[in-house]
Amino acid sequence: MLAQRKTGFLNKFYVIEIVRGLAITMRNMLFAKRATIQFPEERRDYSEKFRGQHYIKSVNGVENCTACMLCPTVCPAECIHIVAGEREDKEKYPIKFEIDSLRCCFCGMCEEACPKDAIKLSNIYEMSQQNRTVYEKEFLLEQRGNK
Amino acid sequence: MSNQDILFMFIKIGIVLVGLLSVTPIMLFVERRGSAMLQNRMGPNRIGPFGLLQAPLDVIKFIFKEDVAPGHVNKFYFSLAPMVVLIPALMTFAVIPFAGNDFQIANLDVGVLYCFSIASLGVYGIIMAGWASNNKYSLLGSLRSTAQMISYELTLGLSIVGLIMIFQSVKLGDIVSAQGEFWNLGGIEIPKLGIFMQPVGFLLFLVSSFAETNRLPFDLPEGEPDLVAGYHLEYGSMRFALFMLSEFVNMTVASALLATLFFGGWQYLPGMGWLATHLAGESTESIYLMSTVFHGLSFVIKIACFMWFFVWVRWTLPRFRFDQLMNFGWRVLFPLALLNVFITGILIYLGVL
Repeated sequence: MLAQRKTGFLNKFYVIEIVRGLAITMRNMLFAKRATIQFPEERRDYSEKFRGQHYIKSVNGVENCTACMLCPTVCPAECIHIVAGEREDKEKYPIKFEIDSLRCCFCGMCEEACPKDAIKLSNIYEMSQQNRTVYEKEFLLEQRGNK
Repeated sequence: MSNQDILFMFIKIGIVLVGLLSVTPIMLFVERRGSAMLQNRMGPNRIGPFGLLQAPLDVIKFIFKEDVAPGHVNKFYFSLAPMVVLIPALMTFAVIPFAGNDFQIANLDVGVLYCFSIASLGVYGIIMAGWASNNKYSLLGSLRSTAQMISYELTLGLSIVGLIMIFQSVKLGDIVSAQGEFWNLGGIEIPKLGIFMQPVGFLLFLVSSFAETNRLPFDLPEGEPDLVAGYHLEYGSMRFALFMLSEFVNMTVASALLATLFFGGWQYLPGMGWLATHLAGESTESIYLMSTVFHGLSFVIKIACFMWFFVWVRWTLPRFRFDQLMNFGWRVLFPLALLNVFITGILIYLGVL
């Protein structure tokens, strides 16, 4: 059964309502601000807390990471793979540090768990790739972050 | 008919055909950009200046797409239907005078009646498309289209009866020249435009022409939420483009009829007459040329305004439900049209109009 709605007599002719509707759209066209963000030229401003592409912070060219394995432990997606090693200037450092970018769910738990402030999530959000990508250590060591 | 007459005829046909067919890319652009503007978006603006090359590229895309005819369709009628839709749409323009000085392809005695009879032929193509597609959604779409076209044709025809009573002619040329006269209304001279003589008739004609051209808010034959795409569901590439083309041509014809019947056709817009006489100078040839050009220009501007109105309404109003559509057609528009004829008759009898 159709719901009966009370319609005024004049509204049954729709004319007034239609004219009002037309006025609204024309007002929007002439005066309203365009909602479109023209992507490559204009960027949306994201919060500083945004969790985007990963990087490993380094000080004077030496990575902060000490391969303590806290981040692969806490990682719910199990996407961080670290092989620890030893070298002259550093007692323990990661020989291999890989993040499988397609497994990563960008939860930011690694960032919170890290005692050395080494792994970080930047606010870069353009991460589309043509193949399945594993972020290597060299890639992660580029200081692309802003935190 | 002398050779010169035949040449003149071909020139006129050429102007009309080229004009009508080039409306489609322009309207493709206007519709996409205009809809975006009305909805606070940007629309396609990447290709060419202001995205102007988008429309030609769309046309090229349509031409180069693979022309698929699904296995379950009736091939003959399937390929015939788009043509049957398009040809009446193009034919309708023949009787519309598009500039002064006899610029009209055929000055038929039946005039506007020819327009309506040919325009209603377009529904055959739609039924054919729906039937040949062998698909319940297409068939439902074309059924709806039939019901809608027939109901609104009544109002369309009746809404101009008052106008014909006033101008005492169905020839569009006569109606246009009659609208150049002035009407003394208590000391104020107003032009005898159809809209001033028949405001209710204008509204009725406007609404029913929306229904006739299957535009929103009356585009139930192709309503996508309930019918996927209606009668052109199975069509692709250039065949679909023909449907689109005929929709835009129908729109143009409806706008041209609106301009001719209610806004004085090729009569000068305010200021155009002054411009024409000043640019023309003394010689008769240049006066002839200039008046023709400016008459044509006035007509094109009037059509363009109505075309924009079609787009504007499309992106403002939601679609009607089918029972609402039928109710509106039969219980609101039809009695109003009859009443309009009746009142016009009384006014003519009293000598007011």
